[in-house]
Amino acid sequence: MGGTDATALGDGDAELVEDLLAGSHRALARVITRIENRAAGYRGIVAALHEHTGDADVIGITGAPGAGKSTLVDKLAAAYRDRGDTVGVVAVDPSSPYTGGAVLGDRIRMASNVGDMDVFFRSMSARGQLGGLSMATADAVKALDAFGKDVVIIETVGAGQNEVDVVRTADTVAVLVQPGSGDDVQTLKAGILEIGDVFVVNKADMDGAERTLAELEEMVHRRESPTKGLDGGHHGFEVPDHPDDEERQDDGDGGDDETTWTPAVLRTVANTGEGVPELIETFDAHAIHLRESGAIESAERRRYAEEIRTLVRSDVGALATAEIERRGGIDALADSVRRRETDPYSLAAEIVEPIAECVDRDAT
Amino acid sequence: MSAEQETRAVRCLVAKVGLDGHDRGAHVIARAFRDAGFEVVYSGLHRAPEEIVQAAVQEDVDVLGISILSGAHNTLVPKVIEGLKEYDAFEDTLVLVGGIIPDDDETELKELGVAEVFGPGTPMEETIEFIRNNLPERA
Repeated sequence: MGGTDATALGDGDAELVEDLLAGSHRALARVITRIENRAAGYRGIVAALHEHTGDADVIGITGAPGAGKSTLVDKLAAAYRDRGDTVGVVAVDPSSPYTGGAVLGDRIRMASNVGDMDVFFRSMSARGQLGGLSMATADAVKALDAFGKDVVIIETVGAGQNEVDVVRTADTVAVLVQPGSGDDVQTLKAGILEIGDVFVVNKADMDGAERTLAELEEMVHRRESPTKGLDGGHHGFEVPDHPDDEERQDDGDGGDDETTWTPAVLRTVANTGEGVPELIETFDAHAIHLRESGAIESAERRRYAEEIRTLVRSDVGALATAEIERRGGIDALADSVRRRETDPYSLAAEIVEPIAECVDRDAT
Repeated sequence: MSAEQETRAVRCLVAKVGLDGHDRGAHVIARAFRDAGFEVVYSGLHRAPEEIVQAAVQEDVDVLGISILSGAHNTLVPKVIEGLKEYDAFEDTLVLVGGIIPDDDETELKELGVAEVFGPGTPMEETIEFIRNNLPERA
């Protein structure tokens, strides 16, 4: 037991890591499977890969079902390939809470990249455990990053906290919205709106696109801090909060402004590829902004802090579970509470006590 | 001691290959697999053998189910199997074929490395049971 054991690399695994770094697709696929399965030794693999990561631009794409995420991802991947970048895609789909089964259908849309192994597309499903999905996704992204992918795209349905956590593992987050979805925009307000660096009105050739664009513009500018500009002083005079997006974006790119990024609102027609080059430009601009403003460092710090917390919580939880087992199992304990022999608080304190003792001993 | 519980799932690719637009069967199979708790990747229609190989390798599936109703199985299936071997993925992938396959061809396909051929009217449970009993050993 203990940290060194958990991250030790077995012989076969060392070979697997070597093969992945050498560019074996099979090894990459296998590593992601190990990560998904939380299979024995996967921690050692991810730990060994970590030093090889950090070079990929990680982009998260989220939006309601049917917004056109998969089609857009396909076109994005093709456009990145055209300029010589290699691409990894992790497409996350929900799974049935009853059987655990899932139909992962995003691959069907990947029509522009057939036979191109330099687009590595992987479907993943939520395998039940809370918080595990974002961890598994982050680890899969690390594998693709270490493999040498220039761009890694995470695609997920934006439906709940789980999905929000998933896209938060990306450096740049694009939220896809369908035209005419006034109500959808309303629901986006909660949670998803805050995480979007870019808002994309897809199917922009449909009725209602202009209106949706306008609504998003308004929302993006409203979300800015009302005191913004008052303490900036760069422009000599306070800039009124007007919705001229082009100009504001230039502000962000120029880097002479403060370190805030005003989310861009763009239009695309994923089916025809319209707007895709502009979208990629915006992704690039955001990546540059992150690097130049130093925001990437705080984002990474926040992300790794979350990873450490999740891992520690899960490990300590496992220790506690083992302790519960040692004391006769959770059912027996529950029964003793039911018979009024003890109460949940006292029991919990008793179970945690040995762990707490170790912490105290090391502290003194 | 491993702190985490393994969360292994059976991963399947349900593939339609070649010029064959009949995918009702593939859809029904995909849903049955899902309901059995498998993770199913569906390829979509009219896939070339290389695409099937690409998908099977990248998705690292345990089971590859190829649905063919066009009669071209003798040309298409060997190409898929060759491709899997090229990527060193054949050994631990259970390759199944579903569709209308004459008996002689079935023998030939099995010699090539197809684990089982399921014809029309095969009960869903039989296929699922077969998969559960014949899953490739994996690390």
